[in-house]
Amino acid sequence: MQKDDNKYWQENIRILTVLLGIWFVVSFLMSVIFVDQLDAIRIGGFKLGFWMAQQGSIYVYVIIVFVYLKLMDKLDHKHHHDEKDILAQEEAEELGQ
Amino acid sequence: MNLQVLTYITVGITFLIYIAIAIWSRASSTKEFYIAGAHVPPLANGLATAADWMSAASFISMAGIVSYMGRDGSVYLMGWTGGYVLLALMIAPYLRDFGKFTVPDFIGDRYYSQFARMVAVVCAIFVSFTYVAGQMRGVGVVFSRFLEVDINLGVLIGMGIVFFYAVLGGMKGITYTQVAQYCVLIFAYMVPAVFISILMTGNIIPQLGFGAELNDSFGGGYLLDRLDGLHEELGFAAYTEGVRSNLDILFITAALIMGTAGLPHVIIRFFTVPSVRAARKSAGYAILFIAILYTTAPAIAAFARTNLINTVNNAEYVSMPGWFKTWENTSLIRFEDKNGDGLIQYVADAEVNELTVDRDIIVLANPEIAKLPNWVIALVAAGGLAAALSTAAGLLLVISTAISHDLLKRNLMPDISEKQELSFARIAILFAVCVAGYFGINPPGFVAQVVAFAFGLAASSFFPAIVLGIFSTRMNREGAISGMIAGIVFTATYIIYFKFINPAADTATNWWLGISPEGIGTLGMLINFAVAIGVCRLTAEPPQEIKDMVLDIRVPGKPD
Repeated sequence: MQKDDNKYWQENIRILTVLLGIWFVVSFLMSVIFVDQLDAIRIGGFKLGFWMAQQGSIYVYVIIVFVYLKLMDKLDHKHHHDEKDILAQEEAEELGQ
Repeated sequence: MNLQVLTYITVGITFLIYIAIAIWSRASSTKEFYIAGAHVPPLANGLATAADWMSAASFISMAGIVSYMGRDGSVYLMGWTGGYVLLALMIAPYLRDFGKFTVPDFIGDRYYSQFARMVAVVCAIFVSFTYVAGQMRGVGVVFSRFLEVDINLGVLIGMGIVFFYAVLGGMKGITYTQVAQYCVLIFAYMVPAVFISILMTGNIIPQLGFGAELNDSFGGGYLLDRLDGLHEELGFAAYTEGVRSNLDILFITAALIMGTAGLPHVIIRFFTVPSVRAARKSAGYAILFIAILYTTAPAIAAFARTNLINTVNNAEYVSMPGWFKTWENTSLIRFEDKNGDGLIQYVADAEVNELTVDRDIIVLANPEIAKLPNWVIALVAAGGLAAALSTAAGLLLVISTAISHDLLKRNLMPDISEKQELSFARIAILFAVCVAGYFGINPPGFVAQVVAFAFGLAASSFFPAIVLGIFSTRMNREGAISGMIAGIVFTATYIIYFKFINPAADTATNWWLGISPEGIGTLGMLINFAVAIGVCRLTAEPPQEIKDMVLDIRVPGKPD
C-alpha cells in the first residue's frame, strides 16, 4: 500500500510538472518576456503577444485545469482511489472489525 | 418606466432572492456555519467561488483600469486568473483532503505550533479587512449613483443585507446567495458587452469583436489598429504596447497570482465540497466562470476607449450626449475649457488636456454610451451590488472563523461547546460587519494602496507555507515560521516605505531592482521559500505523525 502511494504521488508530480510548465511558458514567457517578439505575428486584428497577454493566457488556464481533472481521474482509477473504491474499502474495513 | 423606479425594482428583487435563500439555508452546526457541511456540489461551488472572487473592483473598475493601462493592464487579467491554476493543482485538493475548517487550521496543525497558527490568524484577519473595506464602499457608491441614496445609507443597507444572510446561514447561506449573485453579475456584465460589440463591430461575441474590424459608422479598419492610431494622434502610448518594464510586469503578475492562490477566503471555498475530486472539479468550474468575465473585460476596455475618444475629442462641449452631462454631475467626468474654444481637447499632455474621466465610467456608463435601454442600466446596478456583496460576505466569514474557531476554540478556549462556538462565530460576524461598515462610511485614504498589501502579504506568507506543507514532508515548524516572518517583514517594509513613509520616492528610478511595491510580494515569496528551506535543513525533522499526515493528504481519502 505504502509503495503504491509513493508511485501515485510521483505520477501526480509528473502531471503537475508538465501542466505547470505550460502555465509558466504561457504566463511569463509568451505574455511578458517575449511579448514584443510575438507581436510581430498577427492573427486577424490581434497582435499575437497582446492577444496572449489579454485573452489567450486565460483560455489556456481553463484548459489546464480541466486537463488536470481528466488526468487525475485516470490516475485515481489506476490506483483505486476512485470515490466509489474508497467507499467500498472503508466498508470492507468496517466489516472486518 | 422611469429609470430610477426600474432600478429600485431590479435591485429590490435581487435582494429579496438573497434573503429568501438565507432563510432557506440556516446553519445549525459549526460545520454548516464554517464550511456549509461540506455538502456543496462542485458546480454550485464553482459559481460561488467565482462570485466570491469577483469583487466590486473586478466588476466596476477592472475594465476601466485596463482601458487606461492598455497592454500593461494584463497584469490584472492574468494575475487574477492565473492563481486558480496553482489553487487547482497545488493547493485545493490537498487542503480538502486535510478536511478541517480554515487556513490557520492547516498552518497550525501542519507546523504543530500555536505560534504559527496565530501568525496565520493575524494575516488572515488583516488581509480580509483590507479587502472588505473596499467592498462596502463599492456598495455605497452603487447605491448613491444609481439610486440617488446617500452613500452612507447605501453602506448601511448593504451591511444589513450581508449581516442577515451571513449570521443566519454562515457559509451555507453565503454559498447559495453567491450562486445567485454570480448569475446576476455575469448577466449584468455580458449584456452591455454584447450590445456594444454588435454596435461597433457587428460581432455578437465581445472576445471576437475585440479583434474584428469596426463598422463603417465607426471608421472601419481593425479596432485595435484604430485605437493605436487614436492614441498616437493624442500623444498617448500605443494601446497594444507596454510602458512599464518587462521585469516589473513579471513581478506584479507573479505577486497577484501567488497572492490569489494564498487568499484565505478563496481557499476555504474548497473546504465546502464533499471530496477531493469535487474540489478539483469545482476549481475547474470556478476558473471557467471567472474567465467569462475576465476575457470580456479587455474587450469592453478597448470598445469603450475607442468610443470615448471618438465621441469627445475635438467635439463641441454643448453637443455632448446626455450621459456626458449625467456623469459630469457626479464629477466622474470633469471638463475645463482651458483655451476657451468650446471644444473638448482630450490629449496626453496635462497642460493642454481639458477632460478628466474617472476609470469607473467605462463600466458604469457603458450602457448609456451604447444607447442601451433603461433595463440594462438597472441591471448593471444590481450586478455591481451582487459583486460587492458576494465578496464582502466571503471575507466576513473568514474574519469570523479566524476569531471563533482559530483564536478561541483552537487556542484560547478549547473547552467551549459547539453551541457556544457557533454563538461566538455569529457575534464575530456582527463585529466584522460593523468594522467593515465603519470603513465603508469613513474610508481610510489608503484603501487603494493597501490592496497591493493584501496580495503581497498573501503571496509572501501563506502561499509558501501551504505549498511547502504539502510538497515537503521534511519542512518543519522552525523553517515555516521563520520563512513566513522573513517574507512578511521584507514585503511589509518595502510597501510601507514607498506607500506611507516616503510616497514621493515611489517612482521606477528609486525602486529596488526596478520592482514596484505592487510586485514586491514575489520577491518576498522567494525570500520566504529560501529562508524556510535553509532553516529547515539546520533544525530537527518534524515528528513522525506530522510526516504521516502529509503523506495522507497526498492521497484522496474518504469523501464526506
